[in-house]
Amino acid sequence: MHDLLEVRDLAVHFPLPGRKGSVHAVDGVDLTLRRGECLGLVGESGCGKSTLALALLGLQPPTGGRVLFEGRDVGAMSRLERAGLVQMVFQDPFASLNPRQTVHDTLATPLRLHGIRGKAEVAARVEEVLRQVGLSPDQSRRLPHEFSGGQRQRVGIARALVLRPQVLVLDEPVSALDVSIRAQIINLLIDLQQSLGLAYIMISHDLGVVEHISDRVAVMYLGRIVETGQWQQIFAQPVHPYTKALIGAIPDPLKRRAAVKLSGEIPSAIHPPSGCRFHPRCPELRDACQSEPGPALHAIRPLHFVRCRRATELMAGADSCPAAADAAGPVQETIELDPP
Amino acid sequence: MRLTRANLVLGAFLIGAVVIGGVLAPWLAHTDPVMDANLMNAETAPGREFWFGTDGQGRDVYSRVLYGARTSLTVGIVSQLINSVIGVTLGVSSGYWGGWWDDWVSGLTNMMLAIPSLIFALAIMAILSPGITSLLIALGLTNWSYSCRISRAATLSLKGQGFVQAAKMLGYGDVRIMLTQILPNILGPIIVIGTLGMGGAVLAEAALSFLGLGIRPPAPSWGSMLSNAREQITTAPWVAIFPGLAIFFTVLGLNLLGDGLRDLLDPQSKARV
Amino acid sequence: MKPGGIALLEVEDLCLSVTAGGKSCDAVADLSFAIERGQIFGLVGESGCGKSITALALMGLLRRPLAWRSGKIRFKGQEIQALGPEAMRHLRGKHISMVFQEPMTALNPLATVGRQIAEMFVLHEGMGWHEAEKAAVRALAKVRVAAPDQRVKDYPHQLSGGMRQRVVIAIALACKPELLLADEPTTALDVTVQAEILELIHDLCAAQGTAVLLISHDLGVIAQSCERVAVMYAGRIVEEAGAQEVFQRPRHHYTRGLISSLPLLGARAINAANGRTKLQEIRGMVPAVTDFPAGCSFHPRCGMATQACIDRAPGLTRLEGGASVRCHHHA
Repeated sequence: MHDLLEVRDLAVHFPLPGRKGSVHAVDGVDLTLRRGECLGLVGESGCGKSTLALALLGLQPPTGGRVLFEGRDVGAMSRLERAGLVQMVFQDPFASLNPRQTVHDTLATPLRLHGIRGKAEVAARVEEVLRQVGLSPDQSRRLPHEFSGGQRQRVGIARALVLRPQVLVLDEPVSALDVSIRAQIINLLIDLQQSLGLAYIMISHDLGVVEHISDRVAVMYLGRIVETGQWQQIFAQPVHPYTKALIGAIPDPLKRRAAVKLSGEIPSAIHPPSGCRFHPRCPELRDACQSEPGPALHAIRPLHFVRCRRATELMAGADSCPAAADAAGPVQETIELDPP
Repeated sequence: MRLTRANLVLGAFLIGAVVIGGVLAPWLAHTDPVMDANLMNAETAPGREFWFGTDGQGRDVYSRVLYGARTSLTVGIVSQLINSVIGVTLGVSSGYWGGWWDDWVSGLTNMMLAIPSLIFALAIMAILSPGITSLLIALGLTNWSYSCRISRAATLSLKGQGFVQAAKMLGYGDVRIMLTQILPNILGPIIVIGTLGMGGAVLAEAALSFLGLGIRPPAPSWGSMLSNAREQITTAPWVAIFPGLAIFFTVLGLNLLGDGLRDLLDPQSKARV
Repeated sequence: MKPGGIALLEVEDLCLSVTAGGKSCDAVADLSFAIERGQIFGLVGESGCGKSITALALMGLLRRPLAWRSGKIRFKGQEIQALGPEAMRHLRGKHISMVFQEPMTALNPLATVGRQIAEMFVLHEGMGWHEAEKAAVRALAKVRVAAPDQRVKDYPHQLSGGMRQRVVIAIALACKPELLLADEPTTALDVTVQAEILELIHDLCAAQGTAVLLISHDLGVIAQSCERVAVMYAGRIVEEAGAQEVFQRPRHHYTRGLISSLPLLGARAINAANGRTKLQEIRGMVPAVTDFPAGCSFHPRCGMATQACIDRAPGLTRLEGGASVRCHHHA
């Protein structure tokens, strides 16, 4: 029994024009996705999550490794075949729709390209998918600029659904929307997942959204997954120091938690640090962390994998993450760079 | 919005006048532009009989200007169409596909931009026999580099946008993407370049005919009329003024129309507060 | 408002209009608030609520199609809403400074960051260039940039987003202004950098006694840094109180709806226990500036709306403890 989507040792390196070396955008990623599951992918800029999404969709040929859909290599499929299996919802509702194509055309053309030619059939499917995303079909003859940001994102979701894919990759689906309508779209995504049996890969820097909708979560740093597990494990008991820093940095309007400050900058992806890539910024640094080879992902609990030499140690000593517990006072870890 | 309307109205008016003049020339003209040459009337000042006066051969300048409009408009429109088709095809495809095709096209474009276009057109005219078809081919092959550059740049900026990637994911083939997703969204700059180019083509035709390599006299062409008026510029300036004004208003009208059309065609400018 | 003292900044019934297609509508109306010396004041709201336009008005940067219509802005007791460009230029940079969202576009790509900071000292404090460049190194050190003597020679594109924002803050605070306007200063930054930048702003302003007007759509960012918060919707302030109060005991239904609709960390565990996996939505869309609803502008989306809300726009109700709310049926 194959997993719905399996990623094996995926690497995407962009060669630098005119210089030696390349940008290691994605460097050895393993992932699995089961039917009906939602995997949340979190990380900051430069971690490679967007490149990973493009590779999953077949829009970015990998430099190494494979993406398998039910055992078949996605790279070997034709564009049309891939289109019926995996689709994407983009971040920017303004740039992700062709300004000169009506909503109806945007939804109908893919159907025709895939062999559904009968006018009535096409119209029926367009109407069906518009209703699924909460839009009225009689608005379908309008152009994108006549809709609000939230409505446009609904159109984007409808477009992703029109060919009945099994996997949806959602790249920051609500970040560009007004705060008061984000809940509408998140609820819509949850409903659709349940009613259509879709599997999601949700990429977001907003950990609250990821926690709310994901079954499993993977945290990426500089092209690699540093921690992955079920949502309860990651958010309530994170082990990797980067995950803890990420969760601790989220300002919460209801609790004035002290932020866990992370020092330094995200290093360049052209010359990643030796050994564990996080070591220059890690508050739990030990000498062994700098030496090659870097740590591999290993299980510290069923379904919970961490890429850290000190994982077991840290897990034993760690309390609940302040994110989930209302109870005890804030956990404060502060590392500051000494000014020169 | 008011400026757009003014541009459109004025441009349309000017071009409309030129088009009507050219199309209805047989009815609007007073004389045959080539045959009716009465040396007795040579160099007559503009007056009731000859509205724009007569030239050195006694031909009615007004009628010749009207017939000349046909030539200039044909040359302007057709050669620019050829330019745009070549330029947009090369530009969009090289921007979209990149790689060796892009390198090749960019190299060719650089080369074309380095060669003075008029000299290039002259060279082609020298190979082909003079006449309107050769003129169209020559001008059509020289100025495509501008529309190529513009459409390539516009394609590059659109390529990364979500809707182009979405189209790829939905199974659109490359050619369909270029035609339905990219091309309609880069029409604005292309139309502006096109109308400016038309103005340039009209001027180029005038220059080539002036040099004797374009439309050969006695066929009426604004450029050759200017050329022939060189000797009479002090004694009978109207022989040069009227064809000159015709060129000026035509090019001005094309530019204004282009500006207005570009603003009108951008769907997003209407939605802006 | 501290009784008996003059607030650093007082905005009174400010009304700003935007003109589109010949028609003019109010982008901001009945806006009144005050910021004390050294206070960190938060203005929170979504797109189109008028918060950024308000900041531009405070800096005298309103241009067509935006315009001041009525109301007063008093800075240190002096009215500035109608000051000429020369006088405003004297205020900007020296007394009122601004930090924007996108550091890359706020910095000149063709000048080193050192020069851009030094410019402030030369323009406003009359220093010579040599002295100013030394002051620039000190300014960079104050914003916690490592190796500042080397970083001054860098160009903006050589720095990361977080570093650029630090440079922008250094420029803004160089001449020790009394008021700093920060419009979405961390929105374009990564989450771990965001926390650092907010803390930097907080610490520097506390040390220099600079008051801050922090504008954001992110409730968490506002809650972390501000002492007092005003919530804006459709061009008006709908609620104002101390930060803790606004978030723990919101009175306006927009604020309440907003807070309950946020997917907050830790909320899922609690909600699942209550048998809820969906977020509490606010129905409808944020109105465009040309389409603000009549009466109370939030009524189409409010679960508590009555006929009164459609008929009459609510006035500002003052509550105990210095809070205020604009609602017929506030909590």
